Amino acid sequence: MKLRERIDALKKPFGKGQKFERFAPAVNAFDTFLFVPNHTTQKGAHIRDAVDLKRTMVTVIIALLPAFIYGVYNTGYQYFIQSGLAFTFWDALLHGALKIMPMVVVSYGVGLAIEFAFAVYRGHEVNEGYLVTGLLIPMIMPVDIPLWMVGLSVAFAVFIAKEAFGGTGMNILNPALTARAFAFFAYPTYMSGNKVWVSEASNVDGISGETILGSLAAGNDVSYSMFDMFVGAIPGSIAETSTLWVLVGAAILIFTGIGSWRIMIGGVLGAAVTGMLFNLWGANALMSFSWMNHLVVGGFAFGVVFMATDPVSAAQTTKGKWIYGVLVGIFCILIRVFNPAYPEGVMLAILLMNVFAPTIDHYVVEGNVKRRKKRLSTTLTPAS
Amino acid sequence: MRYICTAKTTYMSADITLRKGLTIPLKGEASLVLKTSKLTDEYTLYPDDFHGVVPKMLVKEGEPVLLGQPIFFSKANPEIQFVSPVSGTLTKIVRGAKRKILALTLKSDERDKAVTHKFPAVDALDADSVKSQLLGSGCWPFIKQRPYDVIANPEHTPKGIFITGFSTAPLAADIPFLLENQQKDFQHGIDVLNKITSKVHLTVPAKDTTFLSSVSGVEIHRIKGIHPAGNVGVQIHHIDAINAGEVAWTINAEDVARIGRFFTTGTFDPSRTIAAVGPVLVSPCYFKTRIGASVAPILEAVGVDANSQIRIINGDVLSGKATHADGSIGYYNNTLSVLAEGNHYRMFGWLPFVGGKIFSMSRTSLSWLFPKRNYALDTNMNGEERALVVTGEMERVLPMDILPMQLLKECMVQNIEKMEALGIYEVAPEDFALIDYASTSKIEAQAIIREALDLMIKEVG
Repeated sequence: MKLRERIDALKKPFGKGQKFERFAPAVNAFDTFLFVPNHTTQKGAHIRDAVDLKRTMVTVIIALLPAFIYGVYNTGYQYFIQSGLAFTFWDALLHGALKIMPMVVVSYGVGLAIEFAFAVYRGHEVNEGYLVTGLLIPMIMPVDIPLWMVGLSVAFAVFIAKEAFGGTGMNILNPALTARAFAFFAYPTYMSGNKVWVSEASNVDGISGETILGSLAAGNDVSYSMFDMFVGAIPGSIAETSTLWVLVGAAILIFTGIGSWRIMIGGVLGAAVTGMLFNLWGANALMSFSWMNHLVVGGFAFGVVFMATDPVSAAQTTKGKWIYGVLVGIFCILIRVFNPAYPEGVMLAILLMNVFAPTIDHYVVEGNVKRRKKRLSTTLTPAS
Repeated sequence: MRYICTAKTTYMSADITLRKGLTIPLKGEASLVLKTSKLTDEYTLYPDDFHGVVPKMLVKEGEPVLLGQPIFFSKANPEIQFVSPVSGTLTKIVRGAKRKILALTLKSDERDKAVTHKFPAVDALDADSVKSQLLGSGCWPFIKQRPYDVIANPEHTPKGIFITGFSTAPLAADIPFLLENQQKDFQHGIDVLNKITSKVHLTVPAKDTTFLSSVSGVEIHRIKGIHPAGNVGVQIHHIDAINAGEVAWTINAEDVARIGRFFTTGTFDPSRTIAAVGPVLVSPCYFKTRIGASVAPILEAVGVDANSQIRIINGDVLSGKATHADGSIGYYNNTLSVLAEGNHYRMFGWLPFVGGKIFSMSRTSLSWLFPKRNYALDTNMNGEERALVVTGEMERVLPMDILPMQLLKECMVQNIEKMEALGIYEVAPEDFALIDYASTSKIEAQAIIREALDLMIKEVG
């Protein structure tokens, strides 16, 4: 174990009572990335499950990768198709990567810097949650967003949505969605309309980068087939477009037991039923937009699979997860249909339900408490 | 489902079916062979085995003792006495900080001169005289109470006495096998217990066909489920849950037989059957030994190098207490588990879908590909403590109508009212052992519950 000895030597000045003790969390973060530490159980159960927060978060990243890679490809594909240029698969992938990798670097750089600083300041280990958040943020941003805006949104999300509430595990809102909401409401002129959803749309005249929900809200027709929408060859935020690859991610999350299938199924049920009811009503273009299409366009699938299931900001009780999931689905369609200013409803629906998740849990917990009280009162007054 | 019983031709089905829980496939199950352990002349009692008891000595260092002679009593309840498992001398009282008694060492003279109690036949005794015999003989500490998981208070009237007839913890001793040669004593013990309570409950697995199913004087409950279905606390929750102000008592099956024997012979029987188990054992099997006997001869017999990096546990690997190679058999446990210490580094050990040597409840390790494999698990934490992030995993391993995460959080902030409302009276640390195990954030749930119960004892009583 040569490497191990070297690391131990390097870590010496950061040990207990040493000069740089307060920076230990930052050093430990790198060390525990290389090695699972040699800590043994000191109290409680003498054996422990193989799973830890690092493994959980890395599993989520693996589940995100199919949608991410497709998103990179689709970025290039939309650019070449709309500007009418000839291209190969690799051209598209390269164009997308040049566009998106800098965003990923900025997101991780800014976010992890803040996380490390807070870990040192508060004297706790660096939590791995940001590994997922840092990848999610670029995945749900429009392609043409400037890098400084990504950085600013990340800083806002980590400071205000997470650390201000006490850090990992304490936040009320999903940090990645908070970053997106910040960008949307802080720079509305930039983030709405049809100029940001396709790479270079603001520079090249021939490109009209309107999203499907955007054109529906504007009263126009949709020229994409349901198959296009399902596979994801449509304009939109970077990695939200492909329902197919999001479903692959969902399968990984559900199979490993990391993501809550109750929230996912609840969300789909809620959206489908609400969509069907609006189909019957059919007063505007978004109402008569088939409920099946509602499930595959926009960020619905991505949001329900990867955002609504964030265990910290979602409901935490088993029953609560069902209620929360169904409500996310219902509100997503409601916002899409009734609020043409924000044709993408899933972001606001999830943030809204994040706020209500503690209330949902409160009533589930009260139910448990009431059952116990009822049992007590029946034993006190035996039925005669 | 119905099963035909071989003992009596009746149809059997589960009275209670529990679907939650987890079977941890650990290597090193004891073969059903009972050996007699060699005994050294060194015996040790650990007052920490009796949670919450402050010992007051009755015997001084260097004084002779008889088998069954009280050597200390509980400061809070002087009636509760603890007796010597051997005749010989009390050689040493080991004290720690604030003069707290950590251990009592005894040297056996190997003559087993015992204190003999005389009393009329059990049928002629009333509840109070049975109680006073149990207290005087040193048998009382085997009776524990819920809530709080401490030794029962003899002044309480329990709503029932609960005995679990099967254990589901990893590698835990097989109860019908423990009782194989003690069936009559067990039945007699049940008869004694029926004198001090209105109802004795005995639980057996749904398919049970052992003698336990034909024990009389008990209400038998057939329970189907995986660990922790064998935990008596989980069983009480489903049979007759404890409300605020109520008390239930529990006893381990072998100690019921011990009580039965005492009322036959008039002397305290210190013998103990132990399943020596664990992945580092060459030949795990059962041993007849004695409470307080040193573990060294057993380790030698099963082929464990006592000087190697191992952890020796009095009890099962989830809720047992660590001891050491010079240590002794605890007061209550029928299982002695031995694990390898896990103080080693694993490069990129957090990567999911790589390697399947460490079992996981989630399918992030490849262990799910090998449903029949048993694992040589060690004491590594497999990660570090983190903020509570993942939800739902606690609920998966607790088959009770209790919200484990919400209860733990109220325990951590010591909100007594909320703890009561969420069911603190119904739980014991061992019921939360699987939560320790399964927690992604490596939360010490058992320690949190123990502290909370201690707070309740102090504040509510």
